[in-house]
Amino acid sequence: MNILTQPWPWYVSGPLIGLMVPILLLLGNKTFGISSSLRHICAACVPGKTEFFKYNWRVESWNLIFAFGIILGGFFAGYIFENSIAVQISEETVSDLNAMGINNQNGLIPQEIFNFQSLFSLRGVILIVVGGFFVGFGTRYAGGCTSGHSIMGLSNFQFPSLVATICFFIGGLIMTWFILPLIMTL
Amino acid sequence: MSKIKFLILGFFFGVILIKAEVISWFRIQEMFRFQSFHMYGIIGSAVVIGMISIWLIKKYKVKTIAGEEIKIASKEFNKGNVIGGLIFGFGWAMTGACPGPLYALVGSGLLIVLVTLLSAVLGTWIYGILKNKLPH
Repeated sequence: MNILTQPWPWYVSGPLIGLMVPILLLLGNKTFGISSSLRHICAACVPGKTEFFKYNWRVESWNLIFAFGIILGGFFAGYIFENSIAVQISEETVSDLNAMGINNQNGLIPQEIFNFQSLFSLRGVILIVVGGFFVGFGTRYAGGCTSGHSIMGLSNFQFPSLVATICFFIGGLIMTWFILPLIMTL
Repeated sequence: MSKIKFLILGFFFGVILIKAEVISWFRIQEMFRFQSFHMYGIIGSAVVIGMISIWLIKKYKVKTIAGEEIKIASKEFNKGNVIGGLIFGFGWAMTGACPGPLYALVGSGLLIVLVTLLSAVLGTWIYGILKNKLPH
């Protein structure tokens, strides 16, 4: 059971993630893409009068079931069989993070920022709430996220997916290098 | 229930995301700082496998398990790919997660990420409302 409590190298996990593409196609012509689940949740729960949510989301329910599966997988792998060693991030990243005020690099996400008390601070609201908002708003506006565009889209040589992926990275770089350090001073 | 296969596949995907550390906020920072090959290796090798698999499916006209033809719709370019892409990029660096990891993190017991996930749903909801007023 060692394999379940150790992190996997990129050359194992990457190809496994890539296999999601053909497996979903073979299972029923489904295209790999997770951010659409956010749209289906809106369509199922709060469609209102919005055109964008007026479609038969039940046809796409496989996607919501898949997302729920991810939650279960996260529980199994992240809680029951939690990795016994910490994420081995590079020394340079550690010192960059220390310089920004993130001194605790244990766990999967920085405990100093991502906790419920943080929601009472401007910094916490920005990173947790606004950050999440950007993920939901941006992925739908772009028509996909890293799974739908960067993996599925690029695997099928889709130009819009190349553009989207490049913009994902440019956005991430701008945030990481220029804006995040400022947010961390709040 | 035929949908159970998607639950199982999603389960494995969640396990992979966690074991690959794709869900680590720190790994994403590392990626955007170019201080490790890890995330690039994961995304790059995933795309290579995806490309080879689609090529094989098309070349051998592989059918679904139900015997149907496999057809992948083409995506049309629109300005949303750029503007939405940038906005998602901001969010990815801020939260250290894209939608898949958000679900996996919630599953792993990090309940604060439920707030992030709900905000993401809100973001999608607001996009739906504003869609016709946004440049595409």
